[in-house]
Amino acid sequence: MDYLREVTWSPYVVGVLIGVLNFLTLIISKKFLGASTSYVKTSGMIKKIYNKKDVEENEYYKIKTPKVDWGWMLVIGIVVGSFISSNLSGSFEFIVIPKLWTDLVSASLFTRILVAIFGGMVMGFGARLAGGCTSGHGISGASQLSIISWVAAICFFIGGILSAGIIFGF
Amino acid sequence: MNKLYANKKLQLFMGFLFGIIFGFLLQKGGVTRYEVIINQLRLIDFTVLKIMLAAVITTMLLISIVLPTGKIKLQPKGGSIKTSIIGGLLFGIGFGTLGYCPGTVAGAVGSGNIDGLIGGVVGIILGSGLFASLYKKLKDVKIVTKDKFSERSFFNEMKYHPLIYTIPFSFVLVLFLYYLESIGL
Repeated sequence: MDYLREVTWSPYVVGVLIGVLNFLTLIISKKFLGASTSYVKTSGMIKKIYNKKDVEENEYYKIKTPKVDWGWMLVIGIVVGSFISSNLSGSFEFIVIPKLWTDLVSASLFTRILVAIFGGMVMGFGARLAGGCTSGHGISGASQLSIISWVAAICFFIGGILSAGIIFGF
Repeated sequence: MNKLYANKKLQLFMGFLFGIIFGFLLQKGGVTRYEVIINQLRLIDFTVLKIMLAAVITTMLLISIVLPTGKIKLQPKGGSIKTSIIGGLLFGIGFGTLGYCPGTVAGAVGSGNIDGLIGGVVGIILGSGLFASLYKKLKDVKIVTKDKFSERSFFNEMKYHPLIYTIPFSFVLVLFLYYLESIGL
């Protein structure tokens, strides 16, 4: 029990356990871990409220049906799992602006939220074009030895190193 | 097992349960924190890469053992080298700007990060919604493409037992991790 209350575990322990989890989801649910698809499904669910016809006729939403499914519940589960973990270790904390951002960039709430929305938009768009995210390509696709996934995962880091470098200096 | 896959409500619950474990692990790994992700991209702290590579090695070896029994089927993603490069670079630029990725942002929300919720989650939904709206056009102008690598996995090209390929590859990845540790990263 004490181990569950620790703030951080070794990255290797966490990585191996995620690897085992990824295999278990394949055996039990025939699914690999991935998070980004749930966001496009959510966008479809929201659009459906005000323009049902548009969503029904959209070619992309025919492939990624906007409904609550296994992957959508997975993302909700991530929120809950992280909440449990951070409460067990006492590291749960309301943070509006990350400390590193306040220290090195700006203390303005407006700036941080605007930049975060912009970053999220570019990332969400890129995830759909690439067909996956850090978990879908970076862990699941890479472990299946897919060339497409290895190229995508490497590009995630190249792009990330670039933008983090522009914001914080190389 | 077939009953297990067909039970939709049970599978929704399993998704939720697996998500809880995934979120728990991400938080324990520290990758739900903005600083840990940004410092990875600034090449100061290699926690993100260590977790990813340890997970890749583990899943890859487990697949190697079970795949020859025919009990599992792989699901390599579709697309092309082009979509991976353009989409991947865009994703990366957003990744470094937001400081979370789609999985870890959910974990960040769970551990109290407000910017993850009203910035990150909102942004990702907007960006992916925009992609869905533009999907047809992107296909017409050949930005969304498929090539010969679409839905292909090297596992399906192997002539010998998968472990013959994946053990040496794992060894190379472990050596790389060992190198990172040896230079104090």
